[in-house]
Amino acid sequence: MTHLPPERVRVTGPPRRTPRRASRARDIDDQTLLGSVLMRSLLRAQLRLAMLVLLPVFMLAFGLPLAFHVAPSLADVRILGIPLAWVILGFAIYPILFLLGWAYVCRAERNERDFTELLDTAESP
Amino acid sequence: MTSGADAVPSIVAIVAVALATLAIGTWGLRFSRTTSDFFVASRSVRPGLNASAIGGEYLSAASFLGVAGLALAFGAEMLWYPVGWTAGYLVLLVLVAAPLRRSGAYTLPDFAEARLASRRVRAACSLLVVAIGWLYLLPQFQGAGVTMTAATGAPSWVGAVVVATVVLVNVLSGGMRSITFVQAFQYWLKLTALLLPAVVMLMVWLGDGAPNPADAGGDSAAWSLPLGEGGGQGLYLTYSLIVATFLGTMGLPHVVVRFYTNPDGRAARRTTVVVLALLGLFYFLPPIYAALGRVYADGSHSDTFVLELPRLVLPGAAGELLSALVTAGAFAAFLSTSSGLSVAVAGVISQDVMRRRRTSGVTAFRLAAVVAVVVPSAAAVLSPDFGIARAVGLAFAVAASTFCPLLVLGIWWRGLTDVGALAGLGVGFACSATGVGYALGATDSSGWVDAVLSQPAAWSVPLAFATMVGTSLATRTRVPSHVGRFMVRLHTPEAVRVDRG
Repeated sequence: MTHLPPERVRVTGPPRRTPRRASRARDIDDQTLLGSVLMRSLLRAQLRLAMLVLLPVFMLAFGLPLAFHVAPSLADVRILGIPLAWVILGFAIYPILFLLGWAYVCRAERNERDFTELLDTAESP
Repeated sequence: MTSGADAVPSIVAIVAVALATLAIGTWGLRFSRTTSDFFVASRSVRPGLNASAIGGEYLSAASFLGVAGLALAFGAEMLWYPVGWTAGYLVLLVLVAAPLRRSGAYTLPDFAEARLASRRVRAACSLLVVAIGWLYLLPQFQGAGVTMTAATGAPSWVGAVVVATVVLVNVLSGGMRSITFVQAFQYWLKLTALLLPAVVMLMVWLGDGAPNPADAGGDSAAWSLPLGEGGGQGLYLTYSLIVATFLGTMGLPHVVVRFYTNPDGRAARRTTVVVLALLGLFYFLPPIYAALGRVYADGSHSDTFVLELPRLVLPGAAGELLSALVTAGAFAAFLSTSSGLSVAVAGVISQDVMRRRRTSGVTAFRLAAVVAVVVPSAAAVLSPDFGIARAVGLAFAVAASTFCPLLVLGIWWRGLTDVGALAGLGVGFACSATGVGYALGATDSSGWVDAVLSQPAAWSVPLAFATMVGTSLATRTRVPSHVGRFMVRLHTPEAVRVDRG
């Protein structure tokens, strides 16, 4: 058995400076004009999406009592023997709420992906 | 009401639920080590488990017992309660869920302080969390008393004491971590406890020739109307109920605290969608009970009608067993909701009241939990019963008038100031609390004054929003300097590497 000296290894500390991040992310960090425009566009996209999802729900919540108030004869309408209001509020509305939520999550995650990609495209100066 | 041998299955069911809850809580204890475990289960609960836990916690005595009884008595108008409680989650999902998680705060007061850099707003929020939490806990304990009386004939304080004790033991031993497992179990227990009897009763109903519930009872037209009676007043009351439930969900302390247990903003959203599915699944059932009740139990419209229905549809041993199963589900409802609320209230009490006394984290949390449970359970035993769904509805009205504007404006509007937030919280609380006081004190009076005061949400919520926006605009110089950085933290996806403050 021969004792070879252990191979020399160069020991270095952690880098003192973190590598330059994507320049547009820096824009957001430094709150430059461009950074705040990017943030505002993200916020606006998400808020617009939220309103789009809530609009049909609020319209139903506002319109259904009003419709029955204006036209009480709607209470006599039956679907398969079940009164209309019971069909809507007892059964039909829950799948609608779930699908709206599902659609919202898909679109909201896409908005965030677009935002992330927008920042990454500026990585190469 | 039953007594003697009839009560045996129900007593066995209640004891079994209490023991299962304690056993799962103890099993969860082995995962609870740190203060972070106690408060937020160390923020590592996966969407599937977390959604079951949220569903288990959210479906309270009001959902399990109150809705079916009210819908039987008053018809389609009362279906807005479960619809609003589910739609409230959709509103929460699209406006609050991900940003709230990304804010990185433990509780609502933490969020308020981080956003507005103000100790005063934090203190106001802490008071509100305790107030709303206790207002919501009160009917849970009262419902437990009523159920215990209906199922076993025991005096009503027994139910409240049993629930308070089990909750306290569980919260003291495991905090949020063990509560998560308990509540996930209780969602599925509650679903089974309503679903199985519903299926059996529907088969009996088909065997009886499937009489149409709409034609079985009294006034068919009134039962089919999705708004209150009395013309314009009925319309106002219905709108007020809709506003309170749609917007109040996001301000309930036990709902909000759950969001901090998600790993990140994306998981918070996905959890909420699963919750929407679980709630929708559950809320198919109370209307079925109400409709069957119209055929088999017309005339009884108390909070315990759901417990009695299986017995009425199916006399004999089978009906007794199904009633016992429903009773077990009802106790799961009391236990899970009051556990979640107690954890949320105890978290705030221990952080904001006891921290100054240098008690260690876990000890302070345990002391706070005792206070959080004992006060409302004592109040429940001492105060008269005023209907589960109604009391819960008032808690929603207060939450919608205070935390909803704070969260929505705090997350989406840079211009919110500490003074504006305080003014809005104050106005919203004063208006909705007046309504609570009026509703608790009032007898059966009618007229516009009564309608407007007993269901304040339709005007108190817009007023709170307007006050918050108006006062913030007037004190524009007080907009915190870090608001830009905070908005980055709330809204940028975790994949983006930016400075989050």
